[in-house]
Formats: sequence, structure tokens, C-alpha cells
Amino acid sequence: MSEIKQISLFVENRPGRMAKVSKTLSDAGVNIRAMTIAEAGDFGVIRMVVDDPQKGYDVLRNSGFTVSMTDVLAVEMRDTPGGLYEIVSALGDNNINIDYAYAFVTAKSEKAMLIMRVDDIEAARRTLSARGVKIATPEEIQKI
Amino acid sequence: MERMPAEDLKALQLDRLKAITRYVYDHSSFYRQRFAEAGVTPDDVKELDDITKLPFTRKVDLRNTYPTGMFCLPKNWVVRYHVSSGTTGKPTVVGYTKGDIETWTESLARALTSIGLGRNDVIQVGYGYGLFTGGLGLHYGAERIGAAVLPTSTGNTERQIELMQDLESTAIACTPSYFLHIAEVAERMGISIKEDTKLRAGIFGAEPWSLETRKRIEDTTGIKAYDIYGTSEISGPLFTECQHQNGIHVWADMFLIEIIDPKTGEQVEDGERGELVVTTLNKWAMPLIRYRIGDLTIKESEPCECGRTHPRIMRILGRTDDMLVIRGINVFPSQIESVLMNIPEVGPHYQIIVSREGALDVMKVRVELTDRGFSDRIGDLMALNRRISKELKNVLNISAEVELVEPGVIPRSEGKAKRVIDTRKV
Repeated sequence: MSEIKQISLFVENRPGRMAKVSKTLSDAGVNIRAMTIAEAGDFGVIRMVVDDPQKGYDVLRNSGFTVSMTDVLAVEMRDTPGGLYEIVSALGDNNINIDYAYAFVTAKSEKAMLIMRVDDIEAARRTLSARGVKIATPEEIQKI
Repeated sequence: MERMPAEDLKALQLDRLKAITRYVYDHSSFYRQRFAEAGVTPDDVKELDDITKLPFTRKVDLRNTYPTGMFCLPKNWVVRYHVSSGTTGKPTVVGYTKGDIETWTESLARALTSIGLGRNDVIQVGYGYGLFTGGLGLHYGAERIGAAVLPTSTGNTERQIELMQDLESTAIACTPSYFLHIAEVAERMGISIKEDTKLRAGIFGAEPWSLETRKRIEDTTGIKAYDIYGTSEISGPLFTECQHQNGIHVWADMFLIEIIDPKTGEQVEDGERGELVVTTLNKWAMPLIRYRIGDLTIKESEPCECGRTHPRIMRILGRTDDMLVIRGINVFPSQIESVLMNIPEVGPHYQIIVSREGALDVMKVRVELTDRGFSDRIGDLMALNRRISKELKNVLNISAEVELVEPGVIPRSEGKAKRVIDTRKV
């Protein structure tokens, strides 16, 4: 199964950088599905899931950004109390570590989507599938 | 000449030292006065060691006698002037007779030959042409060996790369920081210097650069990178390493070098680090006696593997003016460069910012993160940052703050890179 490709960017923490990123993607017609910024003093890392990762990666790279693609898992959560617990406890029980995660709520369904980078993506996939957690495909992300 | 036995070379140097000492004494009121103050006359120079009796000259002497107070000939002998940029003070003017240009050209022709260049080569001269000595100096030297010169000067980097391909440049002469920039731009244009050009040698100088930078240039572009040395006061670029890349050959029939302890002014032994002092033996419009350039290096008098007998100077560590004193500790930008070049996660461009917070000096090193060094886990980036700090501290003995920046943020230079920003009020 193909993984969800997340785009990650290294950016300096100064005014206008985020605007440059979003303008670059918008000019290329790339739509951002989910996004998070992690900041660490002088710099930050922007992570995002977009509808066309390869195109997004190429346009950002050609604009001179330091950019990489990372395999992440996108899983559906119940948008009710306990939805997150179900997933992270399953991973924790199986000794799978989450490097980082961020969530968004989709417009069309009552489900929320959790994006995660984990240390063992295959084990995470097996564990969650066994518990009946639905894992999104790139096509599904594209269609949201 | 280049393989002349050391004893014969010394005899030749002594003859020429006597002649130039007499010449400046007879032709220059500046030197006559200096010699009088030191209590010496040309007659006191009987052997080579007697050079230590002669007084030093310094850049400040050139400035104080601006523009032509240190010339030893009437101006109608001068066929060319070069003028320093004056970035560190008043500019200095150097005049050349026809013979002085000839000596300079011969020095560089020997140097270019020693790195294996000749009439089949196309040498792209990417040093600035004009008042700066780099462009015209290399130009004359390259023509003398029968190579074709491509006088691109600095700037217009994309065109430099196109011409490098179209006219099949085999060698390029420019500052190492500009070459790194050229390589970067080439990559962006989809051109690999290694695969898509005929370039095989680079002649890099006009700013201090480290062995680690050499390694990085050689590894990424597949060329051999040679160090070139010289300064406008003694003509311009004059000497390079030979193909063995083990020290810069200084032609002893033209220049007499000493290495001294900068504090005491006493000569130090071969192999010991000290300040380079040059006496021009065959330069007539503006000869210099015991000129203290301010560069720190090490002298090696043993003949080189290539068979040349002239003394060599090892890689220039830096100029005494470039040295930063931070919290009482001496720091050379070249030391910082050596550390950074060994860390593949960061790029070759860097900037050193020194400031004062309260009473404390603070040094910050800004360096560009490479694609290879980028991880989207903040923890990895913080760890990289700490690793660079630690390695800097190991080498410098003082701590430095490291700032990782995006590629392209640090200004690129086409000539001499300005790497240090010192905002302390002294």
C-alpha cells in the first residue's frame, strides 16, 4: 500500500516566510489538506499534507526551500471523546513511538483525521488495522 | 632556475639583496631615513642573515606615503598602477615598471606550469579585472604559458557557466567562495561541473580558505583545487602550490621570505608558525624591504617532491588583521571554516557575528542547512545544532551560538567574501 507523503520544510522564523510557502503552493494549484508548524527558536519546521505531494515538493524545491518528503500515516478517528486514546494506546501497547502527530476534522464526515509520523510505520499499520482503525489512502486524502 | 641547488639560490639571493638594498638607499628618501633610524647602511649587508639588521616596512607606511611616496623611480617609468580597495583603511597604490610586470608574469607562469597547465588549456579568469591585481595578474601569467585566457572577470554567474561549457574551460581562477557559488548555480541550472564540463583545476585565493574547503570542492566538483598566494603590495597573485599540493612555492630568485614571531620580530625556525615577511629582490618601481604583510604561515625549506628547490609556505592560516579576539581568546575565521566543512549537514557558506551583550562578547555562527541535513523532526535539528556548537567549542575553546538558516540566505560574494560581522564598539 502506498504511504501518505507529507511535505516538510525548513524555514527561518521570520515574517513573510509562511506567506512565501503558501503563495508558492497556491500559484501551482496545490491544495493544503492539513498543516502544522513546529517552532524551535530561530527556525521552524512546517509539515503539511497536500493533494498533490510530488508537485508541491517540486515547486517548493525549485523556489529554493529546503524540503523533504516523509512517509506518514493518516488514520480516521472518531470525533468523540476517547477517539484519540483508542489509537495512541494501541500503538503504545505495541511499543511503537509517535515522533509527532497532528489532527484535522474533515468537512464531510463526522470523522477526524490524525496524521502521525511513527518509528515503525509497518508495525503501526498492522496494529491499527487489527483494531479496526481505518487508515486513509493517498487517494482518499486527495478527495477530501 | 626552479631546481637550482639551494646553495646557489642563496648566493643569488645575497647578490640581489645587496643590490636592492643599495638601490632603495640611493633612490628613496623614505628608506634612507628608515635605515638611518635603524643605524644601518647598505654596506652592512654582507651575508643573507644580515637582513635582520634592516628595518621592517608595513602597510601603514604605504598609507602614510599615499599615493606614491614609496616609489623609487620617477613616474614616467611606471607602466601600470594597481590600487587596493581600501576596505580596511586608506587605499594603497602600487606602481610597476615594464620589468616589474615581467617578473610578476614570470612568477605566475612558473606557478601555472607547476600545476600542469600549458598551451592546451583554457583558463577562465574569474577574478576582478581593474584596479584589483587578481584579474590582470592571472591573465598575463596564463597568456605567457600559451594557454587561452577566458577573461570573464567576476559576476554574471550563469554566463560564466555557459562559457565554461561552450569554450571548454579546463581551469578557473577565482576566490574559493565564488567558485562554491558557481557550483551551486550550475547545479540549479542542471549542470554538473564534474560530468558536464571539462574543468579539471581551480586556482583559488585572495581570501583564506581551509583544507576542508579544498576537500569539499574537490569531492563535489571533481576538480583539483590549488591554493594561490600573493598580495598587491608585492605585485598581486604570485605563487601557487604545485601538483603535489603541499605548500606554496615562493620563487627565491624574486622574493626573499622570512617568518618571524609577530611579537618579538625575531625569525623563527622552519616548521614554526609566524608572520610572513617579504623582501622583493627584483622589483624596481616600488621595492619593499622586509614587508610585513600580516599573514600567518609556516615555512618549509626542504625541496618539494616535485623537485623544485625554492622554499614553500604552508596554507595561510589567516591575516593578523582577520583574527578575532573573543573573550580574550584568539579566533581565526579559518578555524571555524575547518569545523563547518567537516559537517556534511551544513553548506559551505557561513557568517560569523560577534557582538557584545553587557560586558560579554558573544559569537554567533550562521550556517546554511543542506537538504541532506534536514530532518523534519525538531529533535534531530536541535541535536545537529548542539553537535556543531560542541565541535566549534572543541576547536576554539570558547562557546559559539549556532544558527541554522535556509540555503541562499547568507550573502554570496563574487570577490572576497565578507564573513565576519563585528558589531562590538572597540
